[in-house]
Amino acid sequence: MKSVSILIISLFSFIAGFSQNETKSELPSVDIKTLTGETFNTSDIKNPDGPIFLSFWATWCKPCIKELIAVDENYADWQEETGLKVYAVSIDDAKSMSRVAPFVNGRAWEFEILLDPNSDFKRAMNVINVPHSFILDKNGKIIWQHNSYSPGDEDEIYKVIKKAAAKNNSDTQ
Amino acid sequence: MNKFSFIIFFIFSSFILFSQEEKTDFGEFHGNFELNAQTYTADSLIGAETVDDIMRANTYANFTYTKGKFSAGVRYEAYLNTMLGFDQRYNGQGVANRYASYTSENLEITVGNFYEQFGNGLILRTYEDKTLGIDNSLDGIRLRYAPIKGIRLTGLIGEQKLYWEYGPGIVRGFDGEISVNETFKKLAEKQTKIILGGSFVSKYQKNLDPVYNFPENVGAFSGRLSLSRKSLILSSEYAYKINDPSSDNGNIFKDGNALLINASWSKRGIGFLANILRLDNMSFRSDRSAKINDLNINYLPAVVKTHTYAYAAMYPFATQPNGQAGANFEFFYTFKRKSTLGGKYGMNLNVNFSQVNSIQKTEIIVNPNDEIPNLNSYTSDFFAVGKELYFRDFNIELNKKISKKLKFAVIYMYEDYNKLVIQGKYGILHADIGILDFTYKFNSKNALRVENEILVSGKESSGRKQDHGDWYMLTLEYTSSPHWFFALSDQYNYGNPEINRRAHYYVISGGYTKGANRIQINYGKQREGVTCVGGVCRNVPAADGFTLSVSSTF
Repeated sequence: MKSVSILIISLFSFIAGFSQNETKSELPSVDIKTLTGETFNTSDIKNPDGPIFLSFWATWCKPCIKELIAVDENYADWQEETGLKVYAVSIDDAKSMSRVAPFVNGRAWEFEILLDPNSDFKRAMNVINVPHSFILDKNGKIIWQHNSYSPGDEDEIYKVIKKAAAKNNSDTQ
Repeated sequence: MNKFSFIIFFIFSSFILFSQEEKTDFGEFHGNFELNAQTYTADSLIGAETVDDIMRANTYANFTYTKGKFSAGVRYEAYLNTMLGFDQRYNGQGVANRYASYTSENLEITVGNFYEQFGNGLILRTYEDKTLGIDNSLDGIRLRYAPIKGIRLTGLIGEQKLYWEYGPGIVRGFDGEISVNETFKKLAEKQTKIILGGSFVSKYQKNLDPVYNFPENVGAFSGRLSLSRKSLILSSEYAYKINDPSSDNGNIFKDGNALLINASWSKRGIGFLANILRLDNMSFRSDRSAKINDLNINYLPAVVKTHTYAYAAMYPFATQPNGQAGANFEFFYTFKRKSTLGGKYGMNLNVNFSQVNSIQKTEIIVNPNDEIPNLNSYTSDFFAVGKELYFRDFNIELNKKISKKLKFAVIYMYEDYNKLVIQGKYGILHADIGILDFTYKFNSKNALRVENEILVSGKESSGRKQDHGDWYMLTLEYTSSPHWFFALSDQYNYGNPEINRRAHYYVISGGYTKGANRIQINYGKQREGVTCVGGVCRNVPAADGFTLSVSSTF
């Protein structure tokens, strides 16, 4: 009986998950930190000029870094074409949190960097493991999310970003 | 319990259905689901064991509901039965976590299970980490209040989670933080930013011991300061704990203390980092007899680099709460594009050194004639570092993109590891580790990653290889963006001092990802080892069989 109930729940959640790719929700409001330790509320993750790429990552996560490198290589072009803004939320905890600033600057990344040392924002977004990224449209609605990174995923990411930007433009006209 | 879980399941399923419609007034419903299952076949060569139930599965599902200022959530967990390597007290299923929370402009009230961290966590951090099997959430009440901009106050009281039960103690805590530049308008534009904070945590546990007069209330304080100016970020925290005899410290009455200092300086293309951590008798649990990862109130971060490549992480350091003095230094540099070393695409360099030793201890010789015997056991000179080496790690990493198709990472690591202190077996060992990781992109979607790792262990005075000797690993990983991956991997323990134990560990795996949903199947052998997150570790037993992982966020 027990195993039946867990099986049902598992199947159900999984189906629910697959059928809900087109989520249209807003970011939850959670207090996290900036690189210098000031409190930052996640409802302030905003970009009036276009879409947002929001990525949960950590300095110890190789695929996360690969994803951010791929985004960084294209950032200038993407910004110009769509008005994109990238937020990279590090889930490094007290052990490696102080590593984030020199790591990011050492790589000359120009993203907005936020710290989520006790995974409060990660939990609120139901992120299981990193990398996990979201794309938000200009109105702050989550229109896409993705877990893991493989080389080439940036093409898929950019397709969605362009779509979000196009939608933004038609909304404002 | 079963009825209860069904009711919850039906309530939430109806929410799922409602939430799929566009713009309803039902609020937002979200969640995630994760299943990890493993079959166990015996393999005496690698020390893998089988289990009577052949297959085991750890499953978690979170359901969160938000409507305006209100939010609530439950987590369903099922361990049928608990996978090997996790505490078997998890066996069973049910609602493991539930909370409700209300947030107004400057006040937040949470009841039920919550996760909280004061400062760096030196005296309080509750968190969950499924890979470690840790969930030390507090179940109780938490209030957060921000009277004016820049000032944040947090108060909490609760009991701590212990598998399906709660520990015997009660935890009370208060934290205050002021961001000076945000609070005082005159300082808002200053380049130097200052944040001050302080916490107090007290635990209560009834003393039922017939012999010892254990303190029932134990308090801990901490103060912290963050200072930043342009490229410089400094943060430090000092924590102090009053007498807290426990099974961790051998029931001594000595006070504990901890000092953590983080400093970084960085600007475009270059970064420096330094961390210092000294701990003396800082284990702090809500049950004085708790062991391993149970009922920790605080979190003591290991100030060493977290490695993720298999052999760089083979001998991982775990924080030593009873005493350690350590430092970590790291340098980050980007060779610019079109420079001699940078080439067409630039190159990244990362150099790291860390060392952790014991703390200096002078034993207190107890005079049996003293009316009140000194139960402190030892004194420690704060500024003297102990002679015993626990851990030393020097590593250098280069990342370079050669062409649009090819990039690589190369790592050398020199490691000394006190396995006796950290894992309770063997002694001090040395390892040299080399890693070469190529990624070749065939086209915009398909890529092959070839990862080579080698670990050459040191020799004992007899000339015999230390511990399990030398290892070599080759991994081939083929990815087809955005959905598929396949991987083949073999680890060969070619230098095991026992010739008949020179085993191969083959693994074949494949996975499919769609959006935030992922399924992965592995078949093969898993090496016995230790997996760590943030200096907290769990033993992973050798295993042979299938593993299935399914995860979904919705």
